[in-house]
Amino acid sequence: MAFQIKEQGKEYDVVIVGSGAGGGMAAKTLSDAGLKIALLEAGPDFDSTDPAQRTQLRWPWESPRRGAGSTRAFGDFDMAYGGWNIEDEPYTQKDGSNFRWFRSRMLGGRTNHWGRISLRFGPLDFKRKDYDGKGDNWPISYDDVAPYYDKVDQLIGVFGTKENMPNEPDGYFLPPPKPRLHELYVRDSVLKMGIPMIPSRLSMLTKKLDDRRGPCFFCSQCSRGCMVYADFSSAYSLIQPTMTDGNIEMYLNAMVREVITDENGRATGVSYINKEDMKEYVVKGKVVVLAASAASSARILLNSKSRAHPNGLANSSNHVGRYIHDSTGSGMMALIPELMDRQRYNEDGVGGMHLYTPWWGNDQKHDGFTRGYHIEYWGGMGMPAYGFGFGMENLSRLVPRENGDNRPGGYGKRLKEDVRRFYGSTLGFAGRGESIPQYDNYCEIDPNTVDSYGIPVLRFHYKWTNDEVMQAKHMVDTFEEIIHNMGGIVLGEKPGPERQYGLTKPGEIIHEVGTTRMGNDKNTSVLNKYCQAHDVDNLFVVDGGPFVSQADKNPTWTILALSWRTSDYIVDQLKKQNI
Amino acid sequence: MDRRETLKTLVVGSFASSFVLTGCNPDHMEPGAVSEEEVNLGKDLGVDLDAPGHGYGRTPAEQARDEMLFSQTFFNDHEMATIAVLADIIIPADEVSGSATDAKVPEFIEFIVKDMPYHQIPMRGGLMWLDHESNRRFDKVFKDLNEEQQIEIVDDIAYPDDVAPEYQAGARFFSNIRNLVTTGFYTTRIGIDDLGYVGNQPNAWDGIPEEVQKKHNKFYRDEYKDRFLKPEEREEIEDWSGYEL
Ligand SMILES: Cc1cc2nc3c(=O)[nH]c(=O)nc-3n(C[C@H](O)[C@H](O)[C@H](O)COP(=O)(O)OP(=O)(O)OC[C@H]3O[C@@H](n4cnc5c(N)ncnc54)[C@H](O)[C@@H]3O)c2cc1C
Repeated sequence: MAFQIKEQGKEYDVVIVGSGAGGGMAAKTLSDAGLKIALLEAGPDFDSTDPAQRTQLRWPWESPRRGAGSTRAFGDFDMAYGGWNIEDEPYTQKDGSNFRWFRSRMLGGRTNHWGRISLRFGPLDFKRKDYDGKGDNWPISYDDVAPYYDKVDQLIGVFGTKENMPNEPDGYFLPPPKPRLHELYVRDSVLKMGIPMIPSRLSMLTKKLDDRRGPCFFCSQCSRGCMVYADFSSAYSLIQPTMTDGNIEMYLNAMVREVITDENGRATGVSYINKEDMKEYVVKGKVVVLAASAASSARILLNSKSRAHPNGLANSSNHVGRYIHDSTGSGMMALIPELMDRQRYNEDGVGGMHLYTPWWGNDQKHDGFTRGYHIEYWGGMGMPAYGFGFGMENLSRLVPRENGDNRPGGYGKRLKEDVRRFYGSTLGFAGRGESIPQYDNYCEIDPNTVDSYGIPVLRFHYKWTNDEVMQAKHMVDTFEEIIHNMGGIVLGEKPGPERQYGLTKPGEIIHEVGTTRMGNDKNTSVLNKYCQAHDVDNLFVVDGGPFVSQADKNPTWTILALSWRTSDYIVDQLKKQNI
Repeated sequence: MDRRETLKTLVVGSFASSFVLTGCNPDHMEPGAVSEEEVNLGKDLGVDLDAPGHGYGRTPAEQARDEMLFSQTFFNDHEMATIAVLADIIIPADEVSGSATDAKVPEFIEFIVKDMPYHQIPMRGGLMWLDHESNRRFDKVFKDLNEEQQIEIVDDIAYPDDVAPEYQAGARFFSNIRNLVTTGFYTTRIGIDDLGYVGNQPNAWDGIPEEVQKKHNKFYRDEYKDRFLKPEEREEIEDWSGYEL
């Protein structure tokens, strides 16, 4: 038979799977320590300065579909090769679940287009069980991670302001940009309600950290990938600058199938399918680090079955895939009549909000839920793309023209006037909250389905609990109140119980974590507190898998900090010849 | 040679190709050579098919998909002419900017229905509905009516809150095409200049212009004034010495 797994003779110090936040940070830290590394990535190379790949500063008409999302979920100019559905890589659902799994297949993974909201978890966030009795505590505390947050801030860059708020730790902040007009409207409304609104914390270089990157030139297009590297992407902030040291060999378009083990059950490397010749190969290493994103790493472990590991690797606890959890989300849109007929000027700013609202209710009682959410805001005079101007009739009816005319619909000069009148007067609210991880929410291998590479795929089982639903209710009630307080009009219908108050589907906030959680008890966790597998001492996971819970804060800054911490531990353990 | 000329006889063929369009897996397509004709069609829309990544960062599979779409024709000449008339009723030239056809909106609509096949039947059927109604009232197809007659029909379907039951289907169509025309217009240079969007270029954001702050009575709070970025310091390398947490 022609098919044969090709082994490479060479043994690396470390084999890293995945080049996103976790993998990029591990590759940099381990390369800095002089280790020889194989970095495997399922997608192609990506360089934001390559004219063939660049989308930054493109105009809508440079795309024949004006930037619509026909091939990329968030539009033509978004820098994600992949999306909710990748033809070659299906996933399935169990018991009527509808988990949505967003993947990017490219160097840098999802850090090329992520929102760059970079929040540290606070002391309380590592010990939530102590507070509300639900879920579990982390085996580590804020103090264990804080030194790494400090290092990540200084290496990668994040802007913000020192606020001294409990459970919203300050960091090494670059100065934040001044807010936009609509953000001041919201600010005045929420401050009246006793809700805070502070400069956002985004990993964009408002000032330079070195001569290689930045500074930001305020085009608001971070999701397109930056030509001057003024925001964080694992590809151009971590991996590209490290490649010059010559310690990393990159395997692109390499889809890892499983971790290979020896007769003692220790990891000896990984096998992968080269997408270019569709043949299977093996890369060997003394240490294997999985950073394929939380669900993908769980999949690799579950597919790594052997006599020594019949349930899959590192899975004697049967916890691999369990406790997968995403952030909650709900949203609302508003029209601010005072923002109509605005004076035009360039308010693109950075690629995200300039102000946000951290959770304000830790010491209050809430109806039916115990964990918090933060509020993200969007709006302003943005660049039009496909969908701009749709449904003008729904706006026209809300605010009459000077002559009293508010008849929805129409055409002609009057339509053009309406488009101009309403431009920049709408804004949006998005709550992003902490869910409570559940043993019964899990991903597992679907025994009946393989992907195009012959690798068995994931099947998801996920249900929200009442805590998440009631939190979404609190979000939309709060948004409605904020909107009324600023003289605004709620757009669309406020979601009620029949729609779970607009609660997003699990996975939709793209913060899926927890599939290989850490813990001190090897019966109820997959990894120890250094993200090392309880069962296999030379196997580590450095994506969102190790999370025990994920606060109401986006996960990436914590993924980066933990990956750095684990990498330091690997270097130390190799030095001591413990692994 | 006129692309529509060559493909006029292939109306049935264009239906068939729309099925191909939804059925094939773009991940597995390779870009081929781009014909001069396709390049010109792209240029009509502002797309540069000759440039690397088609000039807007396409992957090889995405390039192949674009090329396939550009090689197909959906609307026939009559349909295109009707779309052009409607588009200019929806977005006529005024003292601020040009019209929908000035901005090549019909060409955009031809592309978008191939890109998003779910638009195809509602658009084609809506155009048929319009001709049917025109014939019924005036014994002529819509594009051959005089302006007054065209507006008479449009007025019956352009205001979704007051549509007679027998015009409901027409109103649905009009809302759809109004969406496509509006979006097609305001995503061109002409439309963006009309709107007054002045971004998408490197700049040093330093907050809301003062006269705007005054007009809206919205000001930066004193406690933050010194902490916001000073644009002139952007090029400096941040010095963390003395920074205390
Ligand atoms: C639109 C959007 C906005 C977001 N905004 C924010 C935000 O503002 N703040 C925040 O903190 N987070 C945000 N996130 C989430 C953030 O992107 C992720 O938390 C982060 O990228 C996770 O890093 P990772 O290394 O675990 O995985 P990824 O970044 O997904 O990287 C995993 C890499 O592994 C590769 N891979 C997967 N499987 C295999 C395999 N079998 N073999 C080889 N390679 C493989 C993938 O191709 C990918 O490159 C956002 C995400 C999206 C999509």
